[in-house]
Amino acid sequence: MAYSNKVLDHYENPRNVGSLNKDDPNVGTGMVGAPACGDVMKLQIKVSDTGLIEDAKFKTYGCGSAIASSSLVTEWLKGKSIDEAAQIKNSAIAEELELPPVKIHCSVLAEDAIKAAVADFKSKKK
Amino acid sequence: MNNEQRKMPIYLDYSATTPVDPRVAEKMIPYITEDFGNPASRSHAYGWNAEKAVENARKEVALLVNADPREIVWTSGATESNNLAIKGASQFYSSKGKHIITCSTEHKAVIDAVREMERLGYDATYLTPEPNGLIDLEKFKAAIRPDTVLTTIMFVNNEIGVMQDIESIGNICRQNNIIFHVDAAQATGKVKIDLEKLPVDLMSFSAHKTYGPKGIGALFVRRKPRIRIEAQMHGGGHERGMRSGTLATHQIVGMGEAFRLAREEMDTENKRIYQLHQRLLNGLTEIEETYVNGDLGSRVPHNLNVSFNYVEGESLIMAIKEIAVSSGSACTSASLEPSYVLRALGRSDELAHSSIRFSIGRFTKESDIDFTIELVKQKIDRLRDLSPLWEMFKDGVDLEKVEWAEH
Repeated sequence: MAYSNKVLDHYENPRNVGSLNKDDPNVGTGMVGAPACGDVMKLQIKVSDTGLIEDAKFKTYGCGSAIASSSLVTEWLKGKSIDEAAQIKNSAIAEELELPPVKIHCSVLAEDAIKAAVADFKSKKK
Repeated sequence: MNNEQRKMPIYLDYSATTPVDPRVAEKMIPYITEDFGNPASRSHAYGWNAEKAVENARKEVALLVNADPREIVWTSGATESNNLAIKGASQFYSSKGKHIITCSTEHKAVIDAVREMERLGYDATYLTPEPNGLIDLEKFKAAIRPDTVLTTIMFVNNEIGVMQDIESIGNICRQNNIIFHVDAAQATGKVKIDLEKLPVDLMSFSAHKTYGPKGIGALFVRRKPRIRIEAQMHGGGHERGMRSGTLATHQIVGMGEAFRLAREEMDTENKRIYQLHQRLLNGLTEIEETYVNGDLGSRVPHNLNVSFNYVEGESLIMAIKEIAVSSGSACTSASLEPSYVLRALGRSDELAHSSIRFSIGRFTKESDIDFTIELVKQKIDRLRDLSPLWEMFKDGVDLEKVEWAEH
């Protein structure tokens, strides 16, 4: 299968790989997918006191498109408020990375990961 | 080969197909341009020369497997041979019964032919192999019914390289008066085959897995005791009525020469390939959480199928693009289904998803193996650094107990 140059770039040089302390009250963690389905994404955001995402990290088990989707969203998340973050749509990810139809689910998973991380952060703040 | 100049990846997919040996290609060429006659033409020298070449090739194919040349029927490849054997024998002997036994890890050319017989009113039993890929003979015996007409089992598995106990299965078939077909596409040139001794009635061969051209194969049909099959292709009664159609002389010459070379060189070649296999096996199993698929004893050394836990197969294939291998996971086709062969062994979806088949052959060099080991080690490290599953495994989390959001 031919991957777009953008997917290859993120796959070869993934941005923001790593982990944040999940017990930190300012860190929201989202883990979505399942090993049996062939992809699992862990996305973490660190939110500043002013409500902006100051750091984002990911780890992904999955195909090149899944890795690229999660790498891309960590770039997009930085500097956004958590409400803005929750607005990121899978279609925007798919468009940016020029994902073929069979790989759309990778962008859906990335959107789900953002939502899960935001929900985790919010639940900590309650 | 000039593939290094062409910047092509190192070829480690010999189980998919092999290059035509240059010595084979050379033998074939005159039969395209000069001796182009139809081997069925009896009235002139063009036909006679072609017929002579075809019969010589038939002898070479028979010699590799110790059969009589009259037991060799030309086909277009192992898929056609499998179809002809399974459909042809079960139809001819249908008065005995309409039950067929096979195994769930057979090649699709066997599985789909058996499925077609089911559609035509036959019953089929698909044996599940043991976790090492081998068939338990007691389970096979238990599957036999009074109306079992045919058993079809492959010699060497194309995905995991394990070798079934063909002799024992054949003996059980003989005792129960069951026709026994063996798909030997992956076995020729790798395993000694002696059809004078082996209790096998029908055996499928392919040229292109043994350094011959694509598009040509053969079916062994035993003469003593004589096995009959219903033809599946009609039109002229070639090949003693079993397979009509003008013979592809140049392809047949290629298969004959490829099998002659296999007979002469297999002992030396297989020793060399065994060394390469050990080198690759030792190198790759140094990597943590690596699982070899298929029995390590009863196998051909040409194949090594390995699962790298916590790394997804498609991303791994993408990472090791300097080598041409195949993934047990069919993720790259839109289906997202892991290999049915590995699933039949009881491998988890994760391990089935992360499997790579390395297959080595005549033109594989030691330096290719060393390069592969280094490349795989480096890329597995990189992908595991990216893998949340690896991180959890290292933190001692039991992944079986995690509740995943299946999607």
